[in-house]
Amino acid sequence: MSWLLRKDLLILRRSRLLLALLVLYPVVVALLIGFAISRAPARPRVAIVDEVPAGETVRVGTRRVEVAQYARRVFAQVHALQASSRAQAVAQVDAGEALAAVVIPADLAARVSSATSPAQLEVLYNGNALQQSLARSAIESALAHANLGFSAQIQRAAAAVIDTLLRGGELPAAGAPQGLIGLQRIPAVLAALIARQPPGRERTQLQQLRAFASFAAQNLLLAKRVLATIGQPIRIHSVTLHGRRTPLDTFAVVVAVTVSLMFLCVLLAAGGVALEREEHALARLVRGLVSHRSLLVEKTLLAAGCALPVAVAMLAAIGAFVALDFSRAGLWLAALALAALAFAALGVAIGALTRDVRAASLLAIMLALPLALLALVPAGSVSGGFYALVEAVSFAFPFKAALQALDTAVNGAAPAIWASLLHLAALGGAFAALALLGLRRAD
Amino acid sequence: MSAVLSARALAKRYGERGNVQQALGDVSFELAAGELVGVIGPNGAGKTTLLSILAGALAPSAGEVALAPAAAPATTPEGAAAAPRHAAARRIGWVPQQPALYRKLTVAENLELFARLERVADVHATVAAMLEQADLLARAHQLVGKLSGGSRQRVNVAIGLIGSPPALALDEPSAALDPDQRERLWRLLAQRTAAGTAVLFSTHNVSEVQRHASRVLVLDRGRLLFDGAPAALLAAGAEPEDGDLERALVRFVRERQRGEAGA
Repeated sequence: MSWLLRKDLLILRRSRLLLALLVLYPVVVALLIGFAISRAPARPRVAIVDEVPAGETVRVGTRRVEVAQYARRVFAQVHALQASSRAQAVAQVDAGEALAAVVIPADLAARVSSATSPAQLEVLYNGNALQQSLARSAIESALAHANLGFSAQIQRAAAAVIDTLLRGGELPAAGAPQGLIGLQRIPAVLAALIARQPPGRERTQLQQLRAFASFAAQNLLLAKRVLATIGQPIRIHSVTLHGRRTPLDTFAVVVAVTVSLMFLCVLLAAGGVALEREEHALARLVRGLVSHRSLLVEKTLLAAGCALPVAVAMLAAIGAFVALDFSRAGLWLAALALAALAFAALGVAIGALTRDVRAASLLAIMLALPLALLALVPAGSVSGGFYALVEAVSFAFPFKAALQALDTAVNGAAPAIWASLLHLAALGGAFAALALLGLRRAD
Repeated sequence: MSAVLSARALAKRYGERGNVQQALGDVSFELAAGELVGVIGPNGAGKTTLLSILAGALAPSAGEVALAPAAAPATTPEGAAAAPRHAAARRIGWVPQQPALYRKLTVAENLELFARLERVADVHATVAAMLEQADLLARAHQLVGKLSGGSRQRVNVAIGLIGSPPALALDEPSAALDPDQRERLWRLLAQRTAAGTAVLFSTHNVSEVQRHASRVLVLDRGRLLFDGAPAALLAAGAEPEDGDLERALVRFVRERQRGEAGA
């Protein structure tokens, strides 16, 4: 078997294109993942037309809120391209310079102040469905964020007015009386007057007036509290169950390494077995020189042995971008080694069923790609029946088990690693048996 | 002469129930040491199937192959015991119809690999000897993928001979060779038979059988129709002693087919 292994390594060394792909593929994947998770997402280019006159404010009681603040918040969420007019913004969108345009109308402040007709922004989109979706999502998020900040300022101004009405003081609004007494002080003043008033109709009216003033003050106080909660009526408190606490970036690392490991192992193992057939050497070998079992073991070890160092190097390289816990390297190795063997066993099974390297490679890619995608389908994103099918398929192939094992090894995510390792070992054995059967049937 | 190799009631069937095809049926013969035996017959006669079974590359559906003097090794029906089949096969050199070589290895590396797998005692000396005998010394360090069809076939033959087996099974060994290379091949096989190796080869070139073989087996539709000297086949095909063996073969096979149809 060692001579066969030596022969395959020699062939691999002389297959420059394959060797280059084996080295470049994981390096490129690792770099892409690294850059993707270490860089902030690109902000969509949006043309913004601010037609509001400079210094325009929305007046709420004694305070004035600058409309420009609102525009600044919108600008911060996107890659803003200034446009002097709506026509220029439309031209920028049409020319593809901007994915969308936001027009802030001149009467925005007046409409907000009037509180009779809602203020409106105009948003224009262009680009394909995906770009539109990206721009729409970013703009809606930006507008929601800006609205939140703007409404918080208006709430604060409104709360200050209510406060003056309750406690008394100066309200420099047009037509407001000087030295306001404050609703909360009225019941006490009225109580002193009532005490001096003899029983009769006037005393009863004063008592009714005091009761109303007390009631109004209480309700205005409640209104102030309600106003404070309107901006964000429900806050989110996140609780993680079952110990799955993998950060998204390190999970992305695990996915990238598992995908690369799977492709390398499956393609190498399938190609290795298929090559023996393609060269017509299989019959010559298995007629007594090498047993079917030894041949499959050799191909499995070759694929796993070549892919394992690449996967380890890939993890270490991505570690430059993402903080990984290198004290868990022993667990990484265990997970990667078993995953590599299970993937290689799947590869030799594919190789045993095909007659040449091209067919084996095609079948390997056609099988591996959907397996990776299916294993990443989250529960609840598809119907229950379909998800059960996805789960069954993922259970029958090593990708999901490898992903779980590596996620546990790298991130300490649940469930316990031994369950995933056991699953991988069982799948590896099953695919090796299938490969042996396939190879013997061809005899 | 004692038999080096015995084939007893060999049969090979393909397909499932209801659609069974008989590729080989009840074929028995013996090969003596130093014999050079040609296997001829029309396309689909079962020549490659017979040689593949003898070489252990294919399991027979029935019958067995025994190799003397070792008593035990025998080819047995499918599933019965794979190990003895392979043990016997290792002692029969095999040259398959299509060159079974690694294109990314050099000629010497291919020979060395199979010498190691055959557990040859002195690998380097054996490889050097084979390179010389197969006239491949000049191409020893060339990749097999860059060789001509004829050179590849010579490497293919050399690998079949590398373990110095007591019996050789060659499937159309002279195909793809030019006349000069063919002459070298027959000289090489003559040296082997002179040293006591039993050689069985299949061919479509009947004149090669007439010139080189001491015995001929005629197969048709999986059955062994004739086992004897080329001169006997000439007589059976109503040809004179210096007649055309190919014409005799065609006539003989046609007569047998006609006789069976009449019966």
